Amino acid sequence: MTHKALSASLFDSDLLKQAVWEAFKKLTPQQQWKNPVMFVVYLGSLLTTCLWLQTLAGAGEESAGFILTITVWLWFTVLFANFAEAAAEGRSKAQAAFLRTAKRDIAAKKLDEPRYGSDYSKIAGSSLVKGDVVLIEAGDFVPGDGDVIEGVASVDESAITGESAPVIRESGGDFSSVTGGTRVLSDWLVVRISANPGETFLDRMISMVEGAKRQKTPNEIALTILLVALTLVFLMATVTLLPFSLYSVETSGSGHPISITVLVALLVCLIPTTIGGLLSAIGVAGIGRMMQKNVIATSGRAVEAAGDVDVLLLDKTGTITLGNRQAAAFIPAKGISEKQLADAAQLASLTDETPEGRSIVVLAKQKFGLRERDVQSLGATFIHFSAQTRMSGVNLQGRQIRKGAEDAIKQYVIEQGGRFPDQMQKMVVDVARRGSTPLVVADSKQALGVIELKDIVKGGIKERFIELRQMGIKTIMITGDNRLTAAAIAAEAGVDDFLAEATPEAKLALIRQHQADGRLVAMTGDGTNDAPALAQADVAVAMNSGTQAAKEAGNMVDLDSNPTKLIEIVETGKQMLMTRGALTTFSVANDVAKYFAIIPAAFATTYPALNVLNVMGLATPASAILSAVIFNALIIIALIPLALKGIKYQPLGAEKLLQNNLLVYGVGGLIVPFIGIKAIDLVLVTMNLV
Amino acid sequence: MNEAGFLQILIYLIALLVLSKPLGVYMARVYQDESIVANTWFAGLERGLYRLCGIQDKQDMRWQQYAGALLVFNLLGLLVVYALQTCQDWLPLNPQTLPAIAPDSALNTAISFATNTNWQGYAGEASMSYLTQMLGLTVQNFLSAASGMAVLVALIRGFSRRNTSSIGNFWVDMTRTTLYILLPLSLLLAIALVGQGVVQTFDRYATVKLQEPLTYSTPTVDAVGHAVLDAQGHPITQTQQSQEQTLALGPAASQIAIKQLGTNGGGFFNANSAHPYENPTPLSNFLEMLAILLIPAALCHTFGFLVGDSRQGWTLLAAMTLVFVALVFVTVSAEQHGNPALTSLGVDQASSIQQPGGNMEGKEARFGIVNSALWAVATTAASNGSVNAMHDSFTPIGGMIPMWLIQLGEVIFGGVGSGLYGMIVFALVAVFIAGLMIGRTPEYLGKKIEAFEMQMAAVIILIPPLLVLGGTALAVMTEAGKASILNPGAHGFSEVLYALSSAGNNNGSAFAGLSANVPFYNYLLGLAMLVSRYGLMIPVLAIAGSLAAKKHVPVGPGTLPTHTPLFAVLLIITVLMVGALTFVPALALGPIVEQLHMLAHP
Amino acid sequence: MTSYFRPAVTLLLLMTIITGGFYPALVTLLAQSVFPAQANGSLIRDKQGQAIGSTQIGQGFSQARYFWGRPSATAPYPYNATASGGSNLGPTNPALRDAVAQRIQALQQLDLDNHAPVPVDLVTASASGLDPHISIAAANYQVKRVAEARQLPESKVRDLVDSHIEPRQWRVFGEARVNVLGLNLALDAAAQTARP
Repeated sequence: MTHKALSASLFDSDLLKQAVWEAFKKLTPQQQWKNPVMFVVYLGSLLTTCLWLQTLAGAGEESAGFILTITVWLWFTVLFANFAEAAAEGRSKAQAAFLRTAKRDIAAKKLDEPRYGSDYSKIAGSSLVKGDVVLIEAGDFVPGDGDVIEGVASVDESAITGESAPVIRESGGDFSSVTGGTRVLSDWLVVRISANPGETFLDRMISMVEGAKRQKTPNEIALTILLVALTLVFLMATVTLLPFSLYSVETSGSGHPISITVLVALLVCLIPTTIGGLLSAIGVAGIGRMMQKNVIATSGRAVEAAGDVDVLLLDKTGTITLGNRQAAAFIPAKGISEKQLADAAQLASLTDETPEGRSIVVLAKQKFGLRERDVQSLGATFIHFSAQTRMSGVNLQGRQIRKGAEDAIKQYVIEQGGRFPDQMQKMVVDVARRGSTPLVVADSKQALGVIELKDIVKGGIKERFIELRQMGIKTIMITGDNRLTAAAIAAEAGVDDFLAEATPEAKLALIRQHQADGRLVAMTGDGTNDAPALAQADVAVAMNSGTQAAKEAGNMVDLDSNPTKLIEIVETGKQMLMTRGALTTFSVANDVAKYFAIIPAAFATTYPALNVLNVMGLATPASAILSAVIFNALIIIALIPLALKGIKYQPLGAEKLLQNNLLVYGVGGLIVPFIGIKAIDLVLVTMNLV
Repeated sequence: MNEAGFLQILIYLIALLVLSKPLGVYMARVYQDESIVANTWFAGLERGLYRLCGIQDKQDMRWQQYAGALLVFNLLGLLVVYALQTCQDWLPLNPQTLPAIAPDSALNTAISFATNTNWQGYAGEASMSYLTQMLGLTVQNFLSAASGMAVLVALIRGFSRRNTSSIGNFWVDMTRTTLYILLPLSLLLAIALVGQGVVQTFDRYATVKLQEPLTYSTPTVDAVGHAVLDAQGHPITQTQQSQEQTLALGPAASQIAIKQLGTNGGGFFNANSAHPYENPTPLSNFLEMLAILLIPAALCHTFGFLVGDSRQGWTLLAAMTLVFVALVFVTVSAEQHGNPALTSLGVDQASSIQQPGGNMEGKEARFGIVNSALWAVATTAASNGSVNAMHDSFTPIGGMIPMWLIQLGEVIFGGVGSGLYGMIVFALVAVFIAGLMIGRTPEYLGKKIEAFEMQMAAVIILIPPLLVLGGTALAVMTEAGKASILNPGAHGFSEVLYALSSAGNNNGSAFAGLSANVPFYNYLLGLAMLVSRYGLMIPVLAIAGSLAAKKHVPVGPGTLPTHTPLFAVLLIITVLMVGALTFVPALALGPIVEQLHMLAHP
Repeated sequence: MTSYFRPAVTLLLLMTIITGGFYPALVTLLAQSVFPAQANGSLIRDKQGQAIGSTQIGQGFSQARYFWGRPSATAPYPYNATASGGSNLGPTNPALRDAVAQRIQALQQLDLDNHAPVPVDLVTASASGLDPHISIAAANYQVKRVAEARQLPESKVRDLVDSHIEPRQWRVFGEARVNVLGLNLALDAAAQTARP
């Protein structure tokens, strides 16, 4: 679905049409009131409309044509801002509509007793409440969010994730949650419903997407206060111009006082309409961009907080390293050849279907051409790994080959009457210090050597961490490995710090400690035992593949279940803030040029000397004022794509980033309107509009 | 500007910057309650004061309590000044037997001195008794300055403290500021000024015999003081002769020292620091000018010291100094260019070895152009407001710069304490914008800047323009407001705008042609001074309280550094943009158009 | 609020005593003992001990035989040392132009063949109205007139002016200037020594 559908062009014609229509629908005072800056423009437009009507009655302060043109462009300003918001919302709405298709009412098989085989009654999915237990069989839709308590099944989750490959859901473990609206493809599941109607994941997603629960984020509120303050400053500056102008006319004895129309035009040009008009679009678009990345945020606040993250906790396995360790070397004991060791190791691993086991077989084949032997023909007995022995291996032709962790094999060798040489001990430590996992191989009472199982650090991950460091984010690797191994991998991957032998308690304590120091912590998690840490973290991304508990505890859900997504989430959060900051700067910087356009024009009759300030050489007072108003309206339209896409984030360090953005949006904001207003003035003159 | 002028400005800046550092560190020690020389001398006195006043000096206050104490103390001081003025006719130390001050003027002056504005609606030597000058005005010169510094220190504690609700003890900050900072400095400066010729006596005014007898005419007045008119309706005048000149004296040096050091600015005499008895020599001028900016500049270092990063103080000081220097050069060159109207009359305004030249109307020969312009910029950059030349007679642009400096919110050095807390508020706004631009919730000195701080910052930035623009609008719409205007045309508008700017930002200087000692202006400007002083102090204290309660965010590589040239530039841009965007329309109708007219019609 | 009352009242009272009583008294004491002349107004006394002016405060001169100081805008008469102040005329005020034109005329009336441009400080009002100084240019402009009125050789008057030039203080601060009252007193003194 979704990313394909969503990444459709910004100006998809259907969305556009919809947005235009929405822009008009938003012209109600209630809608406008939500945005104080644009509300002022709205009132100004109403006022000039009245002034125009007054001219029709034959008592105008300026020519009817002039007032009408100004009025029309003021209304355009309001509409353009509405359109920006509608365009941002439009994309989200399209997604919400898609999600709704998954939310049709599904018949549920409610079990009388919470076990497979119990009798069930068919009821509507929407009447299920928390705690109900349902049976879902192949071909059925999952009627609501819940945890699998019995059974294994493959589930098609494309309705939520857009991923067409089915996933396995089973009771126990980290793959036990199912989401309403998905479909069981094979086998059956017994599921305990975990959400009441209206509170399901799908419901939350839809309301989030639709913005029904969209609240202003803290920074948005603070920025709004600043914008309101600026608006009030300019309101004062323009309102008081009327008495000032009256006095000037009186004392200079020439000209007319400034007209209300011109005052309104000046006010609208000065107040930060660019950022005011685009502010809510930026917020909506930020959440929308998260969605394009297949991340569902539960609040805009969470997205914004992502931009502030100071510390990132990352699970080693699956995030920093590829999920599986692989055999990298055979290190034989004294008196044993490498090939002998490889041979024994391969024999011991022939039926070991774990990725580690398979990698041993492959490595032996690569290095020494040792072919896989036919298991049956050897007449061997395979010893499978058990939690008690913590070894696996093979018995054949009198040989008893075992492989396993150092302490297990050591015990085995000694039990067999052999000796575990000190040199072996040293080899084991060396391997561990390299960040690899040592696997010791023994043949009866003789220790043959060590297999080095290596954690493979993901390609490109080191570069991502460098980027994060430049963003000012500290990365901490979380692993169950011992300190030695953890330190080596941390060094290889380039993380700043690590937490070895991590327990859920240790994770929670680490998060709390950083928060107490005033840092904002982000983490990802999927297991139930991650839930406390997720709940504690400021930005917590739960994997969609994870448990219901993890998803409940997080404030974002990654539908792709990709732990490196956090980095993109942080970027999106930063982009949202940066876009607001940049457009605010741009908006305020624009005012300089607008003063140069309007002030000489407004007082042309009283103080013609002020025409020295008409540095742009605008044709007439009317064309100057009109050009400024038109520029002010058009710039909103011109900046909509930027507002929706967000400005590009580059991890350059705070100082450099600020400098770049000040140059582009500050200095740019100074220069662009001079060019724009002059160009509009030229067009107006050539078209004989003024 | 010639080399000598350039050299004087350079020496001034160097002296200011060099002296500001040790004084700043000393003040930080005072506020940290560390042992200092003065402390060991006066520790007993300080403890005794607290005991007499029932002050629990170890007990810190929440911001609301701090604000409450400040308001009560200031209001009380205001009432005392009012009472002294209205009763001075039957109080002692009134050798000239000056009458009581009218209630509207007394109220205006009381507000003016309590708020550290020191706007002078009255003429000192012609209206205030020595007792009023000492017990009323001199005392408030100290206490209003100390109030501003106390609020600043409370705000700094907001940054340096964490997870606490208290921001210090107002009484202690007040007492220590006065005893250990203002009094010793004032004493030193006062003696140095007397050495240069500033008067300091309790004797009555002196009378000297004139070399050339004076003949002048005065309107004849009837018994009730109305001018007697002749048949044509012209006032009848009578010719008078005089052989004598009466020289106004008084305990001036002691008051002038604190008036400059405490960015007060209210003169002992009407002509303020242009009066030869207030400012007799170029050296006294240099010392007084230095005193104007010394404490505001030094407080930047105090700030850096107290927040534990001296670079933060340097950055603010650098930002202030840059704006200051740039505007000094604009003003000096505007004044040095002179008045084209006089050139056409055959007046020589060229600078030469024999004369400073330039626009000398309203300036003193010993100061010339450079020292008058430099003073004008310093006194308006700081919220001092004392003048050694008449701003009303400056060229339009030369007069606009001081007015604009006031309109910037008195943050380029600004008043003692108030200037820096104003600048810190601007820094919060700059940090906020910058923080957004780098994609982080803004933080300053380890404290997150959030909606509450922005709300208070907005109030602080909004109030002065509201008072200035709103008040000016009111004045130019009413007959009472327009009647006081002296100069015609756009310049008259500038007079009113300057008056409201000065009162609405607690500066105190004036385009003195405006007859402001009338009920309309006494009340309007009084209100403006009151609102701009306390309307800003209270939100500043609220910010202090809010910041103190926050935890400290450690500095990381993602933190925006606020001690770099880039930040200084951003801060300057923020201050100038707010100031320019708010006041450009008004300034266009005053000094800007007047300058264009002056150049177009010499 | 009431809990603030006692500290506020008492502290204000004590601070008033310290800063409003003790401090000015101490400064006066020190000033009167270390710099008595300056502290009392830098008065100039004649041989009889009568005060005839102050080195700091200017006096008005309008006769041709005296050097004139800065125009003074004090009311009701110039150089009123109990009502200091400037004209406050704005640069574009026609009244300023008229006043300057009048002053030029007054100067030129007594100095008919002097067509040099008039130094600006001689025709513009000072800030205090009590400015005791004029620029060197302004003094030089008047040398010929004073010499003629006193029937003294120009060179003698010029020498007197030169000897009354106060250079920049410490060679750096302020402007070079001439104290008008001091110069005029010296002129009168020179006349007295010349006559008998």
